[in-house]
Amino acid sequence: MAQQIESPEDRARTWPRWLRDLVADWASDQQTFKVNWGKAMMWIFLISDMFVFGSFLSAYAAARLSATLPWPDPAKVFALHIGEAEVPLLLIAIMTFVLISSSGTMAIAVKYGYERNRAKAALFLTLTALLGLTFVGMQAFEWTKLIHEGFRPWTNPMGAPQFGSSFFMITGFHGLHVTAGVIYLATVASQVLRGAYEKTGYQRVEIAGLYWHFVDLVWVFIFAFFYLF
Amino acid sequence: MEHTGEQHHPIRVYLVVWGLLFLLSAMSYLVDYFGVHPKELAWFLITAFALLKAGLIVSYFMHVRFERLSLVYAILLPPLLILALTAFVMAEGGYVFDVRAIFFGR
Repeated sequence: MAQQIESPEDRARTWPRWLRDLVADWASDQQTFKVNWGKAMMWIFLISDMFVFGSFLSAYAAARLSATLPWPDPAKVFALHIGEAEVPLLLIAIMTFVLISSSGTMAIAVKYGYERNRAKAALFLTLTALLGLTFVGMQAFEWTKLIHEGFRPWTNPMGAPQFGSSFFMITGFHGLHVTAGVIYLATVASQVLRGAYEKTGYQRVEIAGLYWHFVDLVWVFIFAFFYLF
Repeated sequence: MEHTGEQHHPIRVYLVVWGLLFLLSAMSYLVDYFGVHPKELAWFLITAFALLKAGLIVSYFMHVRFERLSLVYAILLPPLLILALTAFVMAEGGYVFDVRAIFFGR
């Protein structure tokens, strides 16, 4: 008489493993994210930040498409003169390589952190911060050069006035993130040296790394869509 | 590794990704440097290289490849909405261009 009723759990047993895991993690009375809270919070912040930069880049696309004057050619605007030759986008290319390298050193810092190699973790964190500082320095140089050439958020000598507002807004906000990141990394580096994470574990270094890699990630899209398009 | 939430990977992984990022950046720079024609091909290549770079950074440097699927989906799905926003405002940008052309001339 007691007919076997198929429970949801029984049914779920026939599902592929990835689907079972996914549904179980999002089901009630569960902790969805099985990572430490700091990491989950950093990810939530980064997702919101993705929307900020996504909106900026969308606004840039709209401004560029609606501009009736020709859009200034970034290859010419950001060219550097080396002797006689004019090399397009040279500074931007160097900035890109500097930021990518800083991401590489950051990843290595996280690795040494988890290996509890404090000296090396702090060394690579400091290296990352210095590369970040180099990046900001080159950006300051670029801004100075452009401002001297008459570029303003509302006008510029090379075409559509919307170029300036997009450029200063997007690179300015990104530069602000790099600057904040340098301070953040310097703080984490000194914490590592002090041994502040010996008890709590080195997730803090990885979380700082998430932020730093995100700043690099945003630059990938700025480099592609603002400078190279 | 699962219960501590720590990420342990050989340093080789990071160095290879680093090298690939250098290569992809150099290639997208060269697309611009040599002025690849037609423009649509250049745009396609630059976008493709950017997406590959983003994928490498997110997967390996940010360890998303090694996270649980529930976190991966929570991270990767919401930003797709940005694509919808971009599509809308690009249509709007084209419209504003037409209106300006009609009422203000060039």
